[in-house]
Amino acid sequence: MTAPADVTAALQSKFPQATPRPSGDHPALNLPIAEVFAALKYLRDEFAYDFLVDVTAIDNGVDASPRFTTVWHVYSTTGHGYVRLAADCASDEKPLAPSVVSLWATANWHEREAFDLFGIVFENHPDLRRILMWDGYPYHPLRKDFPLAGIQTPLPDIEVGELTGASVKPAPMMGGPFVASSGEMNMTDAEPSAKDESWNERSEKPASA
Amino acid sequence: MATEYAFPDSAAKNADAAAQEFQTEKMSLAMGPSHPSTHGVLRLQLELDGEVVTQCDPILGYLHRGDEKIAENMTYNQFVPYTDRLDYLAPLANNVAYAIAVEKLANLQVPARCEAIRVICCELARISAHLLGLGAYGIDVGAWSVFLYSFEEREKLYKLFEELTGARFTTSYTRIGGVARDVPEGWNERVGKFCDQFLPILEEVLSLLTRNKIFTDRTHGVGIISKADAISYGLTGPNLRGSGVAFDLRKDRPYSGYEKYEFDIPVGTTGDCYDRYLCRGEEMRQSVRIVRQVLANFPVGSYYNEDAKKIFAPRKDKVLTSMEELINNFMITTEGPQMPAGEVYFEAENPKGALGFFIVSKGGGVPYRMKIRSPSFCNLSILPKVCVGSLVSDTVSILGSLDFVMGECDR
Repeated sequence: MTAPADVTAALQSKFPQATPRPSGDHPALNLPIAEVFAALKYLRDEFAYDFLVDVTAIDNGVDASPRFTTVWHVYSTTGHGYVRLAADCASDEKPLAPSVVSLWATANWHEREAFDLFGIVFENHPDLRRILMWDGYPYHPLRKDFPLAGIQTPLPDIEVGELTGASVKPAPMMGGPFVASSGEMNMTDAEPSAKDESWNERSEKPASA
Repeated sequence: MATEYAFPDSAAKNADAAAQEFQTEKMSLAMGPSHPSTHGVLRLQLELDGEVVTQCDPILGYLHRGDEKIAENMTYNQFVPYTDRLDYLAPLANNVAYAIAVEKLANLQVPARCEAIRVICCELARISAHLLGLGAYGIDVGAWSVFLYSFEEREKLYKLFEELTGARFTTSYTRIGGVARDVPEGWNERVGKFCDQFLPILEEVLSLLTRNKIFTDRTHGVGIISKADAISYGLTGPNLRGSGVAFDLRKDRPYSGYEKYEFDIPVGTTGDCYDRYLCRGEEMRQSVRIVRQVLANFPVGSYYNEDAKKIFAPRKDKVLTSMEELINNFMITTEGPQMPAGEVYFEAENPKGALGFFIVSKGGGVPYRMKIRSPSFCNLSILPKVCVGSLVSDTVSILGSLDFVMGECDR
């Protein structure tokens, strides 16, 4: 079994641009996005990190640049340890990341999910379609600029929408959920408040909804 | 890439029939989202050549509620009820997995008694989930009576859950730093009694299937998943162990005091539907074994971390008598339990497999991003591979043997 410290050291000597990533638990590294595929292959082949747990993304905020960070978790079924790799996507408008479907088949659905919810395009993915939302849905809901209540959109079946005049409507929030905001900020911004009050007891339902 | 499905044109078919003795035209079949064997709202877009599946495209998302988006907008404790609705057949196990993930972020230890209660919760939830899995699988392949027996046992478990948590189904039992309340008086004895009477019934239930000719015919050699495929497709839980990989996070990365208990991990040999069934059966026996060990050495002490004053809301009597506790209670309720900034990933061995929470915190009482790695989602991703080449009726058998829950898959 390889000790976790060795893995980070070995990765850093093989990929000199890798920098340690602050982590509360497992060894974690930041990598340039171009080296992720090689690093994951290296981990899989040389250190028996044979199990891809997860591929996901983080939206660092609408104004942040780089805006999107893609995160990979790998696990070793023999060494029983995790490693987290993270890479910032180069473009904020059209974020790209390498697909690892050729290394692990499970990446197929995880990458489709990250594409669906964040809009990250995984290059060389064999079948990059939406997975949780329907084909043709215009937004990426886990982006920070997407409101919790949702946005009015046409029905998945355009014909039914035209016949019935129905559409997918934002959820009535009724002033909730009533929560504090995360992060270091002043008291006024951080204090508990409703996140979305576009439609509640006091303000009328928007005419379009 | 959008998949296009051509429906057979009957006129062309008739014209062609003269030239060809047998029809070889492929048929497109939508199985679900409301099909009894898809256990919820999974849709399989099948392409059939006669009775053989040539292509299988699972279509998900019918139960997508945006749990990850919701999690970013509420405090850590407020999200506990949402975890009930992930794998709604084992809500207690989800509660525990989530609480441990957040406690890891807070770098918080819980007392031994709390850990013991959580282990009992997880194992009873496992028994309950596997009983439903078995019962439903029995129905899928034509054995009704298993369902009746297993649901009677689940009812007894629900009674125990209700005594412990106040709810039969959506338990919401854990809090960050502890559990909602201590075990009621006499509950441990009743759990012990349940274990005593459950084992003989379990043997009876399993004997209805294990050597049943119809059941073995439908499961032996059906839906074989190789060891390499199981790992590559990210399978976890009994589905991975059925393929012969001894992967169990309770053993490999013990949490909540699992290292103190003796139990075995059943693994399969061929990785077919029958092996996965056998693994689930044996896991229930092992769960009973764990529960008995916990009960035999049930720790005394507190059921929550008493030092975590900014995280675990104080008890009601203290709130009403102490100014400081009143303030703490107000802050925890409105701003949420205060967490340090950081990233953690924690996976727990749930009945369906490894349920993981990846939490990115920027401090405060609300997560910045929470990713839920659901075992059912990964387990289902192997369907396009394992269903191809099997008969339509075997698809039903394979689906049942993967034992998935759409609430968790779609989140």
